[in-house]
Amino acid sequence: MSKSSNSSCSKLGPLLEAVGITKSFGDFVANDDVSFSIHAGEIHALLGENGAGKSTFVKIAYGLLQPDTGQLFWNGKPVFINGPQHARKLGIGMVFQHFSLFDALTVAENIQLAMPPGETMASLSSRISSISKEYGIGVDPDARIYNLSVGQQQRVEIIRCLLQDPKLLIMDEPTSVLTPQETEQLFSVLRRFADNGLAVLFISHKLDEIRALTSRATVLRRGQNVGSVAIKGQTNSKLAEMMIGNKVKNVARQKAPAKSKLLFEVKNLYRPQESAFSVTLRNISIAANAGEIFGIAGIAGNGQGELMSALIGEWRGSDSGVMFLDGVDVSLKNPAERRVARMGFIPEERNGHAAVPSMSLAENALLTSHSIVELVRHGVLDLSGMKAKAGEIAKDFDVRLPEANPLASSLSGGNLQKFVVGREIIKVPKVLIVSQPTWGVDVGAAVFIRRAMLDLAAEGSAIVMISQDLEEIFAISHRIAVLHDGILSDAEPAGNLTAKKVGLLMGGSHAVGGKSV
Amino acid sequence: MISMTPRKHIPLSLTLLTPAVAIFLTLAVGVAIFGLLGFSPFDSLYTFFVAPISRPDQIGDLFVKACPLIITATGLVFCFRANVWNIGAEGQLIFGAIFSGWVALNFPDWPAMSLMPAMVLASIIGGICWAMIPALLKVRFNTNEILVSLMLTYVAALFIDWLVRGPWRDPMSFGFPLTKMYSDAGLIQRIDLPIVGTLGQLHWGVIGALLLAVAGGFVLSRTILGFQIKVMGDAPRAGQFAGFEPHLVTIGVMAIAGGAAGLAGMIEVSASMGQLQPNVSFGYGFTAIIVAFLARLNPIGVIFAGLIVALAELGGDYAQIALGMPKVVTGVFKGILLFMLLAGEIFNRYHITWRRPAVMPVSKGR
Repeated sequence: MSKSSNSSCSKLGPLLEAVGITKSFGDFVANDDVSFSIHAGEIHALLGENGAGKSTFVKIAYGLLQPDTGQLFWNGKPVFINGPQHARKLGIGMVFQHFSLFDALTVAENIQLAMPPGETMASLSSRISSISKEYGIGVDPDARIYNLSVGQQQRVEIIRCLLQDPKLLIMDEPTSVLTPQETEQLFSVLRRFADNGLAVLFISHKLDEIRALTSRATVLRRGQNVGSVAIKGQTNSKLAEMMIGNKVKNVARQKAPAKSKLLFEVKNLYRPQESAFSVTLRNISIAANAGEIFGIAGIAGNGQGELMSALIGEWRGSDSGVMFLDGVDVSLKNPAERRVARMGFIPEERNGHAAVPSMSLAENALLTSHSIVELVRHGVLDLSGMKAKAGEIAKDFDVRLPEANPLASSLSGGNLQKFVVGREIIKVPKVLIVSQPTWGVDVGAAVFIRRAMLDLAAEGSAIVMISQDLEEIFAISHRIAVLHDGILSDAEPAGNLTAKKVGLLMGGSHAVGGKSV
Repeated sequence: MISMTPRKHIPLSLTLLTPAVAIFLTLAVGVAIFGLLGFSPFDSLYTFFVAPISRPDQIGDLFVKACPLIITATGLVFCFRANVWNIGAEGQLIFGAIFSGWVALNFPDWPAMSLMPAMVLASIIGGICWAMIPALLKVRFNTNEILVSLMLTYVAALFIDWLVRGPWRDPMSFGFPLTKMYSDAGLIQRIDLPIVGTLGQLHWGVIGALLLAVAGGFVLSRTILGFQIKVMGDAPRAGQFAGFEPHLVTIGVMAIAGGAAGLAGMIEVSASMGQLQPNVSFGYGFTAIIVAFLARLNPIGVIFAGLIVALAELGGDYAQIALGMPKVVTGVFKGILLFMLLAGEIFNRYHITWRRPAVMPVSKGR
């Protein structure tokens, strides 16, 4: 282990050091002999693809998981962190990807819940104010959480950690929910932390951010530490190579046919709010042509789920004349009837929405085919036909099967997603509605899925893709619109838009071609 | 520290082993209870489980006892598979008996050819009607079907009690709470086998029960209807995504369970009692819940589970007569069996391992 050089060059030695951390879940080794160290005052990146073992390591460092073998050292002393409380006591704070805030309570109330009892609300409020002033984190202690944007909620989580006076702050994919502008604000806050001597462990798979923010990076690949490197002098492609293991293959953007037929149209879709925390959809208009991928960008929680279920037909309004497929009004049709009209759907959540985990792939093939393919005769299932269909999908879409006709739950995320995507594309739908097609899948599967979607568009289908991944939106969309607070901006050709422009729209600025109400 | 990881694949051997182990453990606990009650464990087990099936005619009686359990449990399997918790089959069974009883008592002169189908139809409608109350309340107002269906059972029991004591009482019954006897056309006949003759009480309803369970197995595993039900139970969002209507599935499975329970009520009265009385069911609607789980929610398994539970019921009667053992011991048996089955389900679904909590330190070469 070459880490011994650290102790000689730094007088204080590392703040947190991991030696030989190994953790497996069943047969799967999530962390395999991971060793690296973090020093006070440094912003250290933990870089890796989805499933590389970043979250597992972080959970071990925060005491949520115990390693099978290996040892953590805190300030040079061996420690067994047996839970988050213990971690906080040592001085390790963590901001999770998914926040744990009570929507109906105020900022100060939420923070008070996490603090040791005894402190008055007034003194807590003043401490919140002074901390937010110190680091330039603007948060109103009396605001209710449901009124705050995601970025503001994240700041509440950060302040909650800071009040416990941590030495190390772990941030798990903090920018995945932020606009570019909010990301920049977060970075300046994190830099101020480092100046004050706090260590930050920053988990991400976004290379630009890591190069902009961090000084050193540890790269994980399939659970193993591929190396801890200084960021200075690293290029994106070099880091990506470490992360992925071979050259990054980009999907080339294709040009939409100059003049093509309008295949899918949504006219002024309105969906009223259903609960206190759901979004009202207003004046949503979509026009997708044959051969085109219509990208809908936006930050999570701006109506993506509501829009998706309206497009699938799980939710239907009472008005006709809202949604047309190749001129046919499908507004009042249910999902099965829409499939008969040759629409295909790929929702975001694989487990329990796009697929039934406890059922076999053959049964999952039937799930979206029962109304269109001849797998059901007089109400009786054609079991061998279902198996053949599932086998065909698996073969054409490179789904690696652990056995013939396995349960959906036994496939990895990427493989199941390839199945779910393939199940729709194999039917060559006129219109394909997709949400987050490559969410949580490995790079290889993501490239494959994007390629399949481009091929389908090239054959003359129209695709509507809702995605929170800007990189994905720009990589394959021909036209792009932005969903913010239930309102969809006018679509513009991808070539006319920059990431900054889209970022502004995602953050709610309607300055650029936005439709305001 | 015990750690539980969900199994990705449940082997068939485990699926079959779990109920077997549950039955074995139930017997082991049963022996302990017999001992504590002061009975010889061996004699008790023999009386409970061997004596009731030691003659061919007793085998017939076993099937008769299992008949209402098999029919009711087959219907309940559909509910439970769809994640609809109908606990009120007992009430639905009683209403099936009431509806078919109304037909039998009002049209005693009809020939069997028309009376019998009319009674079957009436019983199914009766069961469905009673099941629709919790179903529609759930669909419309999102009420809890467990509570509503369970409470309606007591309403049904009091209602039939009132009927046979009041408006429907046979004036010639000397004050007993009984209706008139059904006409012969309204009675289910015993099976007269070519060589052996009749086998105990064995009647044609038993054949119906077996056919129903097999048909139920086919519908659940091989038809789009069964597929809908299973998808709705396992992943309701995926069901909606597929285009299935959750409310229709809820109403459908409640109708299937209610109709089956109603039919069981009709068969029980027409084959064994011949008239309505305050107790047309001896808790079959509740016992069928245990049968459905013992069968691992598989209609074919329901046949075997029904026979096993029926054996315990008969054994309880035998033990009461031969050993003077209290009748509640049967109830205790059923309770322990259900408990063991549910506990076994955990082992089925999860891989359970024992882990040392300590972390093995790695020597650090400095």
